[in-house]
Amino acid sequence: MRSETFKPLLPMIGVAGLLAIWSLATWQQWVDPVLLPSPIATFKALWQGMNGGALGFDFVKTVYRTAASTVIAAVIALPLGIVLGSSERLYRSLEFVIDFFRSTPASAMFPLFLVLFGVGDETKISVAAFGAILVILFNVAYGVMNARKTRLLAAKVMGASRLRVLFDVMLLESLPQTFVGLRNGVSLALVIIVVAEMFIGSQDGLGHSVFEAQQLFDMPRMYAAIFAAGVLGYGLNLLFLLVERRFVHWSGK
Amino acid sequence: MSAAPPAVRLSAAGASPSRAAKRPHVTIRGLSKRFDQAVIYDNFDLDIPRGELTSVFGPNGCGKSTLINIIAGLIPPDAGQILFDGMLLNEIKFGYVFQNYREALFPWLRAFDNIAYPLKMMKVAPAERRARTEKLVAHLGIKLDLNLYPYQMSGGQQQLVSIMRALIVEPEILFLDEPFSALDYEMTLFMREQLQRIFIETGTTTVLVSHDLEEAVFLADRVLLLSRHPARVADFTPVTAPRPRTDATLSELEFVRTKAHCLEVFQREVRRA
Repeated sequence: MRSETFKPLLPMIGVAGLLAIWSLATWQQWVDPVLLPSPIATFKALWQGMNGGALGFDFVKTVYRTAASTVIAAVIALPLGIVLGSSERLYRSLEFVIDFFRSTPASAMFPLFLVLFGVGDETKISVAAFGAILVILFNVAYGVMNARKTRLLAAKVMGASRLRVLFDVMLLESLPQTFVGLRNGVSLALVIIVVAEMFIGSQDGLGHSVFEAQQLFDMPRMYAAIFAAGVLGYGLNLLFLLVERRFVHWSGK
Repeated sequence: MSAAPPAVRLSAAGASPSRAAKRPHVTIRGLSKRFDQAVIYDNFDLDIPRGELTSVFGPNGCGKSTLINIIAGLIPPDAGQILFDGMLLNEIKFGYVFQNYREALFPWLRAFDNIAYPLKMMKVAPAERRARTEKLVAHLGIKLDLNLYPYQMSGGQQQLVSIMRALIVEPEILFLDEPFSALDYEMTLFMREQLQRIFIETGTTTVLVSHDLEEAVFLADRVLLLSRHPARVADFTPVTAPRPRTDATLSELEFVRTKAHCLEVFQREVRRA
């Protein structure tokens, strides 16, 4: 019984361990303090930055860009994935193209999108959306294609039309896989956005914040920005998991 | 096709005199079906009696499930005609229960809405759907929490939901494809009882595919014994034990004899290969 009570606290052991080693390393000066500031200095920078400082503004900017690209990707990829998935022949004929671009690093597309959209937000958002679209599309299409044959037959035997089968069965069947796609999509979008903020003429965003702090050798601020990016990535994943658990309650059962 | 009417009369007359007046419910004439090289059915004729429970039993791969899948329109036949009181499948109401209840039910719907789903396909208004589902549940006297999702239920409960989903349209004929083979023995015994009760209550013409001879005989009014493919009717054995049948029925002489006869026919057909 006792071990059950403490089970939810288990993940904290890793966190405490990391902080302990980190504190020890800075206290004993195993690492140059200029390269690795103490946890206290880092979290102070994080607190000051997020609480009315520049970091909070950068955080919001990155959230906005990531959200915008994910929404655009979802709006395009969900219906397209359903159409492709509902006809295996259609999907097979486009499979190579999808797989090819899915395997192409989206960052390799930056120059092309710079030419198309200039150096503004559109470029960052559209490259991230491009990457996320293919990931979501692939998962939705497979979710629809892998709908259980028995379930489709059951609907058919009860007199469901083709369109009914698509909306009542295939669509719902694909939801667990769709959420896998959305989670991977948003993670990829965040990666692309942060990279774009570092290198393609950005004035703000977490990527810019990390890059600028490094250029100014303000290490506590750099680590603070990295942490903020980590929190954002983890938070987005968690958000999708919670939404999935709420609306796709049958997933994995 | 011109040979069909005499064949109907012949088989009706061949049954016991009390049934002579009954026309068969389903008539199958000249059914042919092949999968790749295997000829499963070749010019196959069969009459399925009305208001009776017919069990289909035979060697592995002889086409037991294929038969009801063709009758229920899940698989198209290569040739032949199947009529229900002279009507085609799309003119009648029927229910079908799959072996794999886990994959046949909709996990995103509560049990209640799973049962009511066929009514939705028939464009019945929501209020009436509710009323009819409640009526069916009350009529069958099945105690289940229908607000649960299928994955929150035991296997037997899920299969009961499947059976109710098939019954909600008040089908003229009910098909069950090895409905209890994924359940443990205890649950299988319970479900046999439930199915028998439902059959006594509704009197719906029922076709049950089974791979368990005892179950096939216990539940049936007639056991359809098929040969190896291309399938022929090896025997169409009547089971006369009165309903409701109980555990005691299993050890009655008449029942044991019928079962032994079916086993003998089955063994003969297996060895024929």
